[in-house]
Amino acid sequence: MENNRIIDLKNISISFDGEQILNDLNLYINDKEFITLLGPSGCGKTTTLRIIAGFLEPDEGKVIFDGKDITDMPPHKRQVNTIFQRYALFQHLNVYENIAFGLRIKKMKEPEIRKTVTEMLSLVNLSGFEKRNINSLSGGQQQRVAIARALAVRPRVLLLDEPLGALDLKLRKDMQVELKRIQQQMGITFVYVTHDQEEALSMSDTIVVMDGGVIQQIGTPIDIYNEPKNAFVADFIGESNIIDGIMHEDFVVEFSGHTFNCLDKGFNDGENVDVVIRPEDVDIVPIEKGMVCGEVTSVTFKGVHFEMIVDVDGFKWMIQTTDYVSEGTKIGIYVEPDAIHIMKKSKYSGLYGDYSSFSDEIEMLSDVTYEKEDSENEE
Amino acid sequence: MKNKSLLAKFASAPYTVWMCIFVIVPIALVVYYAFTDADGNFTFGNMTSIVEYGSTFLISLKLALISTVICLLMAYPVAYTISKMKQRRQSTMIMLVMLPMWMNFLIRTYAWMTILEGNGLINRFVRMLGGEGFSMINTDGAVVLGMVYNFLPYMILPIYTVLTKIEKSTIEAAQDLGANRLSVFRRVLLPMSIPGIISGITMVFVPAVSTFVISKLLGGGKTFLIGDIIENFFLGNTGTVNYNVGAALSLVLMILILISMTIMNHFDKDESSGGIM
Amino acid sequence: MKIISKVYNFLVFGFLYAPIVVMIVYSFNSKKSRTDFGGFSFRWYAELFQDDIILRSLWLSLLVALLSAIIATVIGTAASVGIHSMKGLKRRAYLAVNNIPVVNPDIVTAISMMILFVFVITKFNGLEMGFATLLISHITFNIPYVILSVLPKLRGLNPNIYEAAQDLGCPPGKAFLKVVVPQITEGIVTGFIMAFTLSLDDFVISYFNSGSSAQTLPVTIYSMTKRPYSPKINALSTLLFLSVMILLVMVNLRKTNGNNSKKGELK
Repeated sequence: MENNRIIDLKNISISFDGEQILNDLNLYINDKEFITLLGPSGCGKTTTLRIIAGFLEPDEGKVIFDGKDITDMPPHKRQVNTIFQRYALFQHLNVYENIAFGLRIKKMKEPEIRKTVTEMLSLVNLSGFEKRNINSLSGGQQQRVAIARALAVRPRVLLLDEPLGALDLKLRKDMQVELKRIQQQMGITFVYVTHDQEEALSMSDTIVVMDGGVIQQIGTPIDIYNEPKNAFVADFIGESNIIDGIMHEDFVVEFSGHTFNCLDKGFNDGENVDVVIRPEDVDIVPIEKGMVCGEVTSVTFKGVHFEMIVDVDGFKWMIQTTDYVSEGTKIGIYVEPDAIHIMKKSKYSGLYGDYSSFSDEIEMLSDVTYEKEDSENEE
Repeated sequence: MKNKSLLAKFASAPYTVWMCIFVIVPIALVVYYAFTDADGNFTFGNMTSIVEYGSTFLISLKLALISTVICLLMAYPVAYTISKMKQRRQSTMIMLVMLPMWMNFLIRTYAWMTILEGNGLINRFVRMLGGEGFSMINTDGAVVLGMVYNFLPYMILPIYTVLTKIEKSTIEAAQDLGANRLSVFRRVLLPMSIPGIISGITMVFVPAVSTFVISKLLGGGKTFLIGDIIENFFLGNTGTVNYNVGAALSLVLMILILISMTIMNHFDKDESSGGIM
Repeated sequence: MKIISKVYNFLVFGFLYAPIVVMIVYSFNSKKSRTDFGGFSFRWYAELFQDDIILRSLWLSLLVALLSAIIATVIGTAASVGIHSMKGLKRRAYLAVNNIPVVNPDIVTAISMMILFVFVITKFNGLEMGFATLLISHITFNIPYVILSVLPKLRGLNPNIYEAAQDLGCPPGKAFLKVVVPQITEGIVTGFIMAFTLSLDDFVISYFNSGSSAQTLPVTIYSMTKRPYSPKINALSTLLFLSVMILLVMVNLRKTNGNNSKKGELK
């Protein structure tokens, strides 16, 4: 296991202007894996990436690359390359010269450069674009040139800083598939930074969920989705109802005034816990068959399913179902034991998981303020 | 991040040294001279002796203000009509505005002497039509004319720049909301062009109030401005040279302009926009 | 409305160009008169090229303009990089000092430097006002204009490109030369041209800081205006005006050509 590691971050701490950005971060990255750093803006994911690239020096801790300490190594000597958020292409050079840039620094011979550039352009599906001016390319094409430029110098690790953030939805989906293909074709490690959980789930081998400069959970996409470690992870990845509960004994939990069977164990008897139930795992049944019951307060058609908010003794659940139920209806709720996930209480308990103030609009607004914070931190 | 700021630190070092020696120290010296006598003793004498030149200050201010207002009134319609032209024509016209600026202002001022003289072209023309010749050169009017002529492009350019930045849809929106031509101008165009007007005013007023060449050439020594007096104190005959009073006058001029610019900037709420810079 | 604005513009441009036209016409006057036109001749042009004082001051002007522009461009560009990375109070202080020579009336800038030079000269015997003081004063008022044209280009730069070059293997200094400088070249060139023309055009600062040994062309012209009328000034002005006009037309043609070829590439 140990010799499979390509990057090892050990006890990394860094702060800007007195504000702690990363706090004793430990993370190892395996060779040839697609790892995603996921978290809200300002969580420290971009900072982590910049430390790996060498643009930032940590206040404390070490960066180990392939067994060697590279903490003090300047960026131009590192075998990692970066895809920047806004591509950072060289406007004064054409596509060919942009991709050839790193090769010329390496003093590679012209025929070899030509061969590599051609190869890279075909890898990113831009064959024939050699002579084009950077400004004449669309956002998606510029993105591809940036990828080709970075891969041309044959890095061991490619760092991608929200590379798809500036693209529209359709293009983003296409590029996700393409990035994954490129990663497998090149057989190198990708370290991908994003705040988009869907992107993370669909592309990664491993996801690292971060918040407040601390790693919240590391795991495969399936692990992260099904077994979130705390309320933050549960809320950030997908939609979750997070309810206060009491663990009576192994496999038995009480919440919302009802005792449920579950598959979780290893808690103290009588311990207070957070209970996660995904909206799609809840069944709607006639009121008399329900384990708990509530009143539907809103219904929104989402295409694949209906999304409804259900008031259960004042706590608002989100439920996704294909059966239409009109607003104001009293319904029963049924939850299978395997739909219940129990988490230890954390500092995030009680902050997330109640949908009483939920609206799409508010969520979008809060995203915008996050973006702002992020750009400030990067300054 | 660390190595970048290191590079940056070295980069600005020559500049820092240069500006300290040749900008900050000289201004400190002006202040020092203004408050000392010929022997280097502290005195308020220079400052109080400025009172003697109060009337000169007033004339300078008056002529500079008149010129600035005339420039503004002349320039705005020109800037506006140019900004309405087709793109290609706009750049030609702006080049025509700038072309005279590329000629040294001494030469431009000198040319007016030929025209305004007692035997000059205007008077000859007037006499040809059977009128009486009249004296134009060596008057305050001639000085104002010289100022307006020299500095008019400095007023046209910044106003033109802000006017081209105003989007057409803004004006259309105003019309859509029921504004007629006059109220579009009064409520939209004029307020939006204020940054340009302000930089135009400063670019005309500052050189006008401090000139000594225009008054010498076109005022014929009759119109004496602050610039003339300062010049006299520094480069006059041995008898009149007095750096201390000269420095005091320059200091007052500097403060005067600083104050008027602060007042001007007060009208311009958006500091970052406007101007030709 | 259209006609009124056309007539108005015609009058204003007439006002701007009338003295220049008069100047040019009288430069070809065979008589030494400001008003009587005695017939067409190149007499004053011939005399102009035999006037050593004028020719010498023209060369001096060109030399000072070139040297001061080069030095100001180097110092100013480097300073822009430094200022660009500054923040808060320090940055504002630098920009404020930078604006002093721009905002201050020429005469105040001129006499303040003159006081410094005279102060130093009286302390050290043997020094005098001349080429050195002239050059220093020109560099001083040129630097701020270089910074004012380079700094916005730096601000418009994607901050990541410098990092991207390092990321691809460039050491920091080389990265700056290879990717940052090419992208701010336009600003540097603009700054240089501004510095050159401002220096060439300057009268007030040269007048106070050149002494009698190093007179630039504007200073010479000024002393000529004090002497009896000589159409040589007209001839000189005409030549200067024509060269500026040709230069501007050339620059403009190149610009429009450049734009066209860029558009061609896009298609």
